[in-house]
Amino acid sequence: MSEADLRITIGGLVFKNPVLTASGTFGYGKEFAPYVNLHHLGGVVVKGISLEPRRGNPPPRIVETTGGMLNAIGLENVGLDRFITEKMPYLRGIGTRVIVNILGDSLEEYQALGQRLSEVEGISALEVNISCPNVKKGGVAFGTDPTMAEAVTRAVCAHSTLPVIVKLSPNVTDIAQIARAVEAGGAQAVSLINTLLGMAIDAKSRRPRLANIVGGLSGPAIKPIALRMVWQVAQAVKIPVIGIGGITTTEDALEFLLAGATAIEVGTANFVNPRASQEIVEGLARYVTDNRLDGIDEVIGGLILS
Amino acid sequence: MNQCEEQAEIVRQEQLTPEIFRLTLKAPEIASTAKPGQFVMVRTTSCYDPLLRRPLSIHQTVGNQQVQLLYKVVGKGTRILAALTPGQKLNLTGPLGHGFDLAGHQALCLVGGGMGIAPLYFLAKEILRTANPTKCIVLLGARTATELGPLPQDFMDIGATETHIATDDGSRGHHGFVAELLPQHLGPSPWTVFTCGPHPMMKAVVGQCRQHGWQCQVSLETMMACGISACLGCAIPRADLSGPYLHVCKDGPVFKAEEVAWL
Repeated sequence: MSEADLRITIGGLVFKNPVLTASGTFGYGKEFAPYVNLHHLGGVVVKGISLEPRRGNPPPRIVETTGGMLNAIGLENVGLDRFITEKMPYLRGIGTRVIVNILGDSLEEYQALGQRLSEVEGISALEVNISCPNVKKGGVAFGTDPTMAEAVTRAVCAHSTLPVIVKLSPNVTDIAQIARAVEAGGAQAVSLINTLLGMAIDAKSRRPRLANIVGGLSGPAIKPIALRMVWQVAQAVKIPVIGIGGITTTEDALEFLLAGATAIEVGTANFVNPRASQEIVEGLARYVTDNRLDGIDEVIGGLILS
Repeated sequence: MNQCEEQAEIVRQEQLTPEIFRLTLKAPEIASTAKPGQFVMVRTTSCYDPLLRRPLSIHQTVGNQQVQLLYKVVGKGTRILAALTPGQKLNLTGPLGHGFDLAGHQALCLVGGGMGIAPLYFLAKEILRTANPTKCIVLLGARTATELGPLPQDFMDIGATETHIATDDGSRGHHGFVAELLPQHLGPSPWTVFTCGPHPMMKAVVGQCRQHGWQCQVSLETMMACGISACLGCAIPRADLSGPYLHVCKDGPVFKAEEVAWL
């Protein structure tokens, strides 16, 4: 029996399988090396990088909710320079595609990140975070306004030689409209969804459970919303869609592929089951073999409506 | 880094008090490398409610094969743990974080409050076995006497020099806070104090140490999702409140008291 063909293509790049890890849930890859054979994954999307290091929000930063968690990390990261010198040497050796998630406060910062990272060896693509809801002057304005979303996409694309994936915020009225805008701006793919803005209160102390008051909801609780949005966006754009949101099992991944996603990212599940991403790769291979498919691409967009 | 994921088989589940349990697991990979002060992340269910793993200090290792956890039933996750029986499996990741610095201490005092007592037993056992300290005084705090169960005697059985108790309700030992016991049992420097427990208790212990010039190591607890420095949820401020946050899972859970802010 030959090995199942899980290859997919995004932005002209062939990925060995459609399973990526979501930014902010997989560190810089190395953190998961004791648990996962990183080279088995389709790719690793690293923790979001800004031009300068960011300290992030004060604690408490996370709280568990039913079937999910809220986070308000505040985009803490080591900054571009340390990322390139300290994190990239390891990432170049992991044997799979490295996608760098970037975030900025201005068009100029996004441009500079796109430009600098294009010169770094070993990076396959950029994922542009225009949607993180945690930092008050952060990406929220870009991600919720079609004009700004298109502008930031255009800015990164113009200054980068790498394929550009734009990560969309679900905290909008019409996500398909934003997706069309970033497609017009030159994005080679969109990934969605980022976290949903949420809140938790300690009724005893009458205080918010997060120091930031509000935070991003992730985990299995958001999967139906994410799946609906992926399906809507897949109808609306021609570029590949990467599905994210509460994916914890092979079946979850298949649902997103059927809804039209070309690839998926595993996020919060990494915290719960550090081997989740690899197990999904193995599960998809079994699915392809068991169903005698020529490849995983036969599943993509295969939702039956009748 | 020897951390791993291990399907640990439950060997023994002991109910020490109405709320406190001691769980012994066969987990040779973790047991053979764990150091006092390190912790494991426990997946309480294979479903997703509760979603996140629970960080629990290692209470002791037994013969390179077994890991023992001490926990109090406080919510859904620990209620599930308490219902487990021998033969069942529990998924652990660990050993995580960096533990207590055991080197070069002559006179020791271990101050534990509530479930903060858990890692101190592993510490006492290792340090009494390997370091031959001149003194090892154990001070334990609880709300009420019955909350301590057999723990004070456990410390005496492994060779602690003295064990003293403080209870909030005065039902056993000193009526008041455990930190108040420090000056009456410790002489002038050099002492090294190791503490773990509720934040106000540790803050009071750290205050005493600062006042008397004793070295102090603290084991901290925060909310965390992953335990392996990926989620960055377990941030705490540095002593000077500036610079990058420290992360309890990776930089700790044991810190020198002067490294962190006591707000």
